[in-house]
Amino acid sequence: MLMHNHPPSPLSPPRPVFLELWHIRLPLPGVVSILHRISGVLMVLAIPASAWALATAVASEAGFALVASRVSSGLFKFALVLLLWSFLHHLFAGLRYLLMDLGYAVNLPPARLTAFLALCAGLVATLVIAGVLL
Amino acid sequence: MSRQASGLKAWFVQRLSAVYLALFGSYLVVHLVIWHPLDHADFIAWMAAPLVAFGLLLFIPLLLVHAWVGVRDILIDYIKPIGLRLGLLSLIALLLLGSGLWAAKAVIVAQTLVATSGGMG
Repeated sequence: MLMHNHPPSPLSPPRPVFLELWHIRLPLPGVVSILHRISGVLMVLAIPASAWALATAVASEAGFALVASRVSSGLFKFALVLLLWSFLHHLFAGLRYLLMDLGYAVNLPPARLTAFLALCAGLVATLVIAGVLL
Repeated sequence: MSRQASGLKAWFVQRLSAVYLALFGSYLVVHLVIWHPLDHADFIAWMAAPLVAFGLLLFIPLLLVHAWVGVRDILIDYIKPIGLRLGLLSLIALLLLGSGLWAAKAVIVAQTLVATSGGMG
Protein backbone atom coordinates (compact mmCIF):
# COMPACT_ATOMS: atom_id res chain seq x y z
CA MET A 1 0.00 0.00 0.00
CA LEU A 2 2.83 2.32 0.82
CA MET A 3 5.03 1.86 -2.18
CA HIS A 4 2.84 0.84 -5.11
CA ASN A 5 1.77 4.26 -6.38
CA HIS A 6 5.28 5.63 -6.52
CA PRO A 7 5.56 6.79 -10.14
CA PRO A 8 8.61 5.45 -11.96
CA SER A 9 10.92 8.40 -12.43
CA PRO A 10 14.53 8.82 -13.44
CA LEU A 11 14.95 11.10 -10.42
CA SER A 12 13.71 8.57 -7.88
CA PRO A 13 14.64 5.06 -9.02
CA PRO A 14 12.66 2.26 -7.36
CA ARG A 15 14.15 1.34 -4.01
CA PRO A 16 14.22 -2.07 -2.40
CA VAL A 17 11.32 -2.53 -0.02
CA PHE A 18 12.03 -4.38 3.22
CA LEU A 19 9.05 -4.28 5.50
CA GLU A 20 9.56 -7.32 7.71
CA LEU A 21 9.10 -5.33 10.86
CA TRP A 22 10.14 -8.19 13.16
CA HIS A 23 13.56 -8.23 11.47
CA ILE A 24 14.09 -4.48 11.69
CA ARG A 25 15.59 -3.21 14.92
CA LEU A 26 15.25 0.54 15.12
CA PRO A 27 18.48 2.10 16.44
CA LEU A 28 18.27 4.60 19.32
CA PRO A 29 18.47 7.75 17.14
CA GLY A 30 15.58 6.24 15.13
CA VAL A 31 13.57 5.72 18.32
CA VAL A 32 14.12 9.34 19.34
CA SER A 33 13.17 10.45 15.83
CA ILE A 34 9.89 8.53 15.66
CA LEU A 35 9.01 9.66 19.21
CA HIS A 36 9.72 13.23 18.06
CA ARG A 37 7.04 12.76 15.41
CA ILE A 38 4.59 10.95 17.69
CA SER A 39 4.94 13.59 20.44
CA GLY A 40 4.43 16.33 17.84
CA VAL A 41 1.24 14.70 16.55
CA LEU A 42 -0.06 14.26 20.13
CA MET A 43 0.48 17.97 20.80
CA VAL A 44 -1.17 18.97 17.52
CA LEU A 45 -4.19 16.84 18.44
CA ALA A 46 -4.33 18.66 21.80
CA ILE A 47 -4.40 22.13 20.19
CA PRO A 48 -8.22 22.39 19.76
CA ALA A 49 -8.82 21.16 23.33
CA SER A 50 -6.20 23.61 24.62
CA ALA A 51 -7.87 26.49 22.78
CA TRP A 52 -11.21 25.46 24.34
CA ALA A 53 -9.64 25.25 27.82
CA LEU A 54 -7.97 28.64 27.46
CA ALA A 55 -11.08 30.40 26.13
CA THR A 56 -13.32 28.80 28.77
CA ALA A 57 -10.95 29.51 31.68
CA VAL A 58 -10.67 33.15 30.61
CA ALA A 59 -14.36 33.77 29.89
CA SER A 60 -15.77 33.58 33.44
CA GLU A 61 -15.20 32.35 36.98
CA ALA A 62 -17.55 29.43 36.29
CA GLY A 63 -15.56 28.59 33.16
CA PHE A 64 -12.30 28.72 35.12
CA ALA A 65 -13.78 26.41 37.77
CA LEU A 66 -14.97 24.01 35.04
CA VAL A 67 -11.52 23.79 33.43
CA ALA A 68 -9.83 23.46 36.84
CA SER A 69 -12.12 20.56 37.80
CA ARG A 70 -11.62 18.84 34.42
CA VAL A 71 -7.84 19.18 34.67
CA SER A 72 -7.75 17.56 38.12
CA SER A 73 -9.83 14.53 37.11
CA GLY A 74 -8.01 11.20 36.73
CA LEU A 75 -8.26 10.69 32.99
CA PHE A 76 -7.23 14.26 32.25
CA LYS A 77 -4.26 13.98 34.58
CA PHE A 78 -3.07 11.04 32.53
CA ALA A 79 -3.58 13.04 29.33
CA LEU A 80 -1.74 16.00 30.85
CA VAL A 81 1.25 13.87 31.85
CA LEU A 82 1.31 12.38 28.34
CA LEU A 83 1.26 15.91 26.87
CA LEU A 84 3.92 17.01 29.34
CA TRP A 85 6.16 14.15 28.18
CA SER A 86 5.33 15.03 24.56
CA PHE A 87 6.45 18.61 25.09
CA LEU A 88 9.62 17.66 26.97
CA HIS A 89 10.66 14.89 24.58
CA HIS A 90 9.93 17.15 21.61
CA LEU A 91 11.96 19.91 23.29
CA PHE A 92 15.06 17.81 24.03
CA ALA A 93 14.97 15.88 20.75
CA GLY A 94 14.44 19.21 18.95
CA LEU A 95 17.43 20.79 20.71
CA ARG A 96 19.44 17.78 19.59
CA TYR A 97 18.37 18.37 15.97
CA LEU A 98 19.28 22.05 16.23
CA LEU A 99 22.73 21.07 17.52
CA MET A 100 23.10 18.63 14.62
CA ASP A 101 22.04 21.36 12.16
CA LEU A 102 24.89 23.42 13.60
CA GLY A 103 27.23 20.53 12.90
CA TYR A 104 27.60 19.02 16.37
CA ALA A 105 27.18 15.34 17.26
CA VAL A 106 26.62 14.29 13.65
CA ASN A 107 28.85 11.19 13.68
CA LEU A 108 27.33 7.94 14.88
CA PRO A 109 28.84 7.51 18.38
CA PRO A 110 27.98 11.05 19.61
CA ALA A 111 24.64 10.86 17.77
CA ARG A 112 23.83 7.70 19.74
CA LEU A 113 24.91 9.33 22.98
CA THR A 114 22.85 12.50 22.45
CA ALA A 115 19.84 10.38 21.40
CA PHE A 116 20.14 8.50 24.68
CA LEU A 117 20.51 11.77 26.61
CA ALA A 118 17.49 13.36 24.90
CA LEU A 119 15.33 10.30 25.60
CA CYS A 120 16.37 10.20 29.28
CA ALA A 121 16.06 13.97 29.76
CA GLY A 122 12.48 13.89 28.46
CA LEU A 123 11.51 11.01 30.76
CA VAL A 124 13.29 12.35 33.86
CA ALA A 125 11.96 15.90 33.43
CA THR A 126 8.45 14.47 32.96
CA LEU A 127 8.74 12.52 36.23
CA VAL A 128 10.09 15.55 38.11
CA ILE A 129 7.48 18.00 36.83
CA ALA A 130 4.62 15.49 37.10
CA GLY A 131 5.77 14.92 40.69
CA VAL A 132 5.28 18.63 41.38
CA LEU A 133 2.00 18.65 39.47
CA LEU A 134 0.26 15.63 41.02
CA MET B 1 11.92 16.78 6.51
CA SER B 2 10.39 15.37 3.36
CA ARG B 3 12.20 15.52 0.06
CA GLN B 4 9.23 16.32 -2.17
CA ALA B 5 7.93 19.59 -0.78
CA SER B 6 10.38 20.86 1.74
CA GLY B 7 12.31 23.87 0.53
CA LEU B 8 14.81 25.87 2.51
CA LYS B 9 12.07 28.28 3.60
CA ALA B 10 9.99 25.67 5.44
CA TRP B 11 13.20 24.25 6.92
CA PHE B 12 14.23 27.65 8.23
CA VAL B 13 10.76 28.64 9.46
CA GLN B 14 10.53 25.35 11.36
CA ARG B 15 13.79 26.03 13.20
CA LEU B 16 13.15 29.70 13.87
CA SER B 17 9.70 28.96 15.32
CA ALA B 18 11.21 26.06 17.28
CA VAL B 19 13.57 28.40 19.14
CA TYR B 20 10.77 30.71 20.26
CA LEU B 21 8.41 27.82 21.08
CA ALA B 22 11.13 26.15 23.15
CA LEU B 23 11.76 29.33 25.17
CA PHE B 24 8.21 30.59 25.70
CA GLY B 25 6.75 27.06 25.89
CA SER B 26 9.19 26.18 28.68
CA TYR B 27 8.21 29.37 30.50
CA LEU B 28 4.51 28.48 30.15
CA VAL B 29 4.95 24.90 31.37
CA VAL B 30 7.20 25.78 34.31
CA HIS B 31 5.13 28.81 35.32
CA LEU B 32 1.76 27.06 35.12
CA VAL B 33 3.02 23.96 36.95
CA ILE B 34 4.73 25.86 39.78
CA TRP B 35 2.20 28.66 40.10
CA HIS B 36 -0.83 26.42 39.56
CA PRO B 37 -3.36 29.29 39.23
CA LEU B 38 -6.30 28.77 41.59
CA ASP B 39 -8.34 31.83 40.84
CA HIS B 40 -9.97 33.32 37.74
CA ALA B 41 -8.96 36.89 38.65
CA ASP B 42 -5.30 35.92 39.14
CA PHE B 43 -5.31 33.94 35.91
CA ILE B 44 -6.62 36.75 33.70
CA ALA B 45 -4.42 39.31 35.46
CA TRP B 46 -1.39 37.18 34.54
CA MET B 47 -2.59 36.73 30.95
CA ALA B 48 -3.30 40.44 30.54
CA ALA B 49 0.16 41.51 31.73
CA PRO B 50 1.74 43.17 28.66
CA LEU B 51 4.74 40.84 28.30
CA VAL B 52 2.67 37.68 28.78
CA ALA B 53 -0.08 38.84 26.41
CA PHE B 54 2.49 39.81 23.78
CA GLY B 55 4.35 36.55 24.32
CA LEU B 56 1.13 34.57 23.88
CA LEU B 57 0.03 36.49 20.79
CA LEU B 58 3.42 35.74 19.23
CA PHE B 59 3.35 32.14 20.48
CA ILE B 60 0.02 31.30 18.78
CA PRO B 61 0.92 31.94 15.10
CA LEU B 62 4.41 30.45 15.54
CA LEU B 63 2.88 27.32 17.10
CA LEU B 64 0.41 27.05 14.21
CA VAL B 65 3.15 27.40 11.59
CA HIS B 66 5.39 24.89 13.40
CA ALA B 67 2.50 22.43 13.74
CA TRP B 68 1.56 22.92 10.10
CA VAL B 69 5.05 22.26 8.71
CA GLY B 70 5.46 19.23 10.99
CA VAL B 71 2.09 17.68 10.17
CA ARG B 72 2.58 18.33 6.47
CA ASP B 73 5.93 16.52 6.51
CA ILE B 74 4.39 13.56 8.33
CA LEU B 75 1.37 13.33 5.99
CA ILE B 76 3.63 13.58 2.93
CA ASP B 77 5.71 10.70 4.31
CA TYR B 78 2.94 8.33 5.36
CA ILE B 79 -0.23 9.18 3.40
CA LYS B 80 0.36 8.42 -0.25
CA PRO B 81 -3.16 8.70 -1.84
CA ILE B 82 -3.23 12.35 -2.87
CA GLY B 83 -6.95 12.90 -2.20
CA LEU B 84 -6.78 11.57 1.35
CA ARG B 85 -3.59 13.56 2.00
CA LEU B 86 -5.15 16.81 0.77
CA GLY B 87 -8.33 16.11 2.73
CA LEU B 88 -6.40 15.57 5.96
CA LEU B 89 -4.22 18.63 5.29
CA SER B 90 -7.33 20.78 4.78
CA LEU B 91 -8.93 19.42 7.94
CA ILE B 92 -5.78 20.12 10.00
CA ALA B 93 -5.44 23.60 8.48
CA LEU B 94 -9.02 24.48 9.47
CA LEU B 95 -8.60 23.02 12.98
CA LEU B 96 -5.33 24.89 13.52
CA LEU B 97 -6.66 28.19 12.19
CA GLY B 98 -9.88 27.97 14.20
CA SER B 99 -8.04 27.04 17.39
CA GLY B 100 -5.49 29.81 16.89
CA LEU B 101 -8.13 32.49 16.41
CA TRP B 102 -10.05 31.16 19.41
CA ALA B 103 -6.95 31.26 21.62
CA ALA B 104 -5.93 34.73 20.40
CA LYS B 105 -9.45 35.97 21.16
CA ALA B 106 -9.07 34.59 24.71
CA VAL B 107 -5.94 36.74 25.19
CA ILE B 108 -7.87 39.84 24.05
CA VAL B 109 -10.85 38.92 26.27
CA ALA B 110 -8.53 38.63 29.28
CA GLN B 111 -7.18 42.13 28.60
CA THR B 112 -10.69 43.57 28.24
CA LEU B 113 -11.87 41.88 31.45
CA VAL B 114 -8.90 43.19 33.42
CA ALA B 115 -9.27 46.69 31.96
CA THR B 116 -12.98 46.90 32.77
CA SER B 117 -12.68 45.38 36.26
CA GLY B 118 -10.51 48.35 37.26
CA GLY B 119 -6.86 47.35 37.50
CA MET B 120 -6.53 43.82 38.84
CA GLY B 121 -3.10 42.71 40.01
